[in-house]
Amino acid sequence: MSKRTIIPFGPQHPVLPEPVHLDLVLEDELVVDAIPRIGFVHRGLEKLVEKRDYTQFVYITERICGICSFGHSYGYSECIEQLMQIEVPPRAQYLRVIFHELSRIHSHLLWLGLMADAFGYEALFMHCWRLRETVLDIFERITGGRVIFSACNVGGFKREVSNNQLAGIVTELEKLQQEYKTISKAFLEDSSVKNRMVGIGYISKKDATMHSMVGPFARASGLAIDERLDKVGAYGELSSFVPVTSEDGDCYARCAVRIEEVNQSIAIIKELSGKIPDGEIMNKPKGKIDKGALAMTTLEQPRGQAFYYAKGNGTKFLERMRVRTPTSQNLSGLVAALQGCEFADVPVIILTIDPCISCTER
Amino acid sequence: MSGTKKSPWIIHYDGSSCNGCDIEVLAALTPLYDAERFGVINTGNPKHADIFVVTGAINEQNKNVVKQIYDQMLEPKIVVACGACACGGGVYRECYNVSGGVDQVIPVDAYVSGCAIKPESLFDAIVAGVEILEQKRQALKKSNKAKPNISTKDKA
Ligand code: SF4
Repeated sequence: MSKRTIIPFGPQHPVLPEPVHLDLVLEDELVVDAIPRIGFVHRGLEKLVEKRDYTQFVYITERICGICSFGHSYGYSECIEQLMQIEVPPRAQYLRVIFHELSRIHSHLLWLGLMADAFGYEALFMHCWRLRETVLDIFERITGGRVIFSACNVGGFKREVSNNQLAGIVTELEKLQQEYKTISKAFLEDSSVKNRMVGIGYISKKDATMHSMVGPFARASGLAIDERLDKVGAYGELSSFVPVTSEDGDCYARCAVRIEEVNQSIAIIKELSGKIPDGEIMNKPKGKIDKGALAMTTLEQPRGQAFYYAKGNGTKFLERMRVRTPTSQNLSGLVAALQGCEFADVPVIILTIDPCISCTER
Repeated sequence: MSGTKKSPWIIHYDGSSCNGCDIEVLAALTPLYDAERFGVINTGNPKHADIFVVTGAINEQNKNVVKQIYDQMLEPKIVVACGACACGGGVYRECYNVSGGVDQVIPVDAYVSGCAIKPESLFDAIVAGVEILEQKRQALKKSNKAKPNISTKDKA
């Protein structure tokens, strides 16, 4: 048996936008094990519920992560609404889903860019980020913010978006989709890109179940799990929803799943903005949260299932609030995907789980 | 006018942030904003960099990393604190694992406000920062006139 070497990877590494550390155990060029270590961006957000009341806390949940910022405020609001039994007006529910899907598009485009950068295709990286600006422009025009825009609050949606504006969004997305086709072709058909991804970091369906993987990472291994299937909120109004899956379980499959999900999100936005009902968008919450009241909700974030838990204590402040994020679920799957790969493939495999460390550590 | 003024190189470090500002710093380098037209280049090597862009707050874990990167950079150098977090802790100010803004560990020359920042405001900071950089360079030149400008050791 050849000698084992341990190579530290991170916390600072060019492919990692965020600090995470992995100890890679190598036998020659093969990775036999990977030991993750997190804790570089832990802030202690959950404890802030003691200092901010439940409506103020929305702004904190938005800053759990700057990429799925809208998703976190959406998930948290849903949780509190369940806790206080607040009815959300239908128009607000539609708007929430539309904005959540827009966030998914921008998150996936961002990821595609980082992925292109990881295998050294800088021009493609630039193109992905250029396209992503379309979505950020929409956000900025409607809410005033580009990445963190406080559009969702407990009880509804804060910005009225007119039907004209919605039609404008759809037109812009259609234009984006045209260009996006060219980009996805580069990812799916370019042979040098394929060489870096096909067959790399394989995870079988059985392993995916065993490691409780979530999101596109799990769907690429053939698990058809998606919280949107639960039909919560306006997701229930969709004529049909079938999660994008693939049976291949390698890096290529994960990339292909995300690429298709962007098209799916565009289709969802198109359908919902076509049949959005008119009416109120806010049902202001009043009063305190009952002592001992409990609520748990889940939401499909761009990276997978996120879980929200909240408990009241009879005041305006929560007793406890907790988020379980997709990346923390996927870390054990990542370790499994790394075992047996070549050292040079490590950055690409790490990126295919779309790690979001600031969510994970909060 | 010096080369640094025409083409300042930046190094970016993500402290304890939410990513919002990070992706905006990255967005500033991509085609829509295209910081490269001002000669701004992102580098991973502290020795190559003139401007240290920090996003996110400071905590016990990353305090030393920030200090180390700053110490490794060669004079003249400036620090830009990006976002409310880096300026003073932002929304996390009262969190138990956040000790505050970047200026607690290293001197900051330009503060960029906003949560998240906008790429345009990062440009403003870099433009203002380049002026400070130029002043620092002039001052350095004056004080170094007598001795040859070579050192074998890193300046701390
Ligand atoms: S200033 Fe705001 S957007 Fe920027 S990293 Fe801090 S919390 Fe996130």
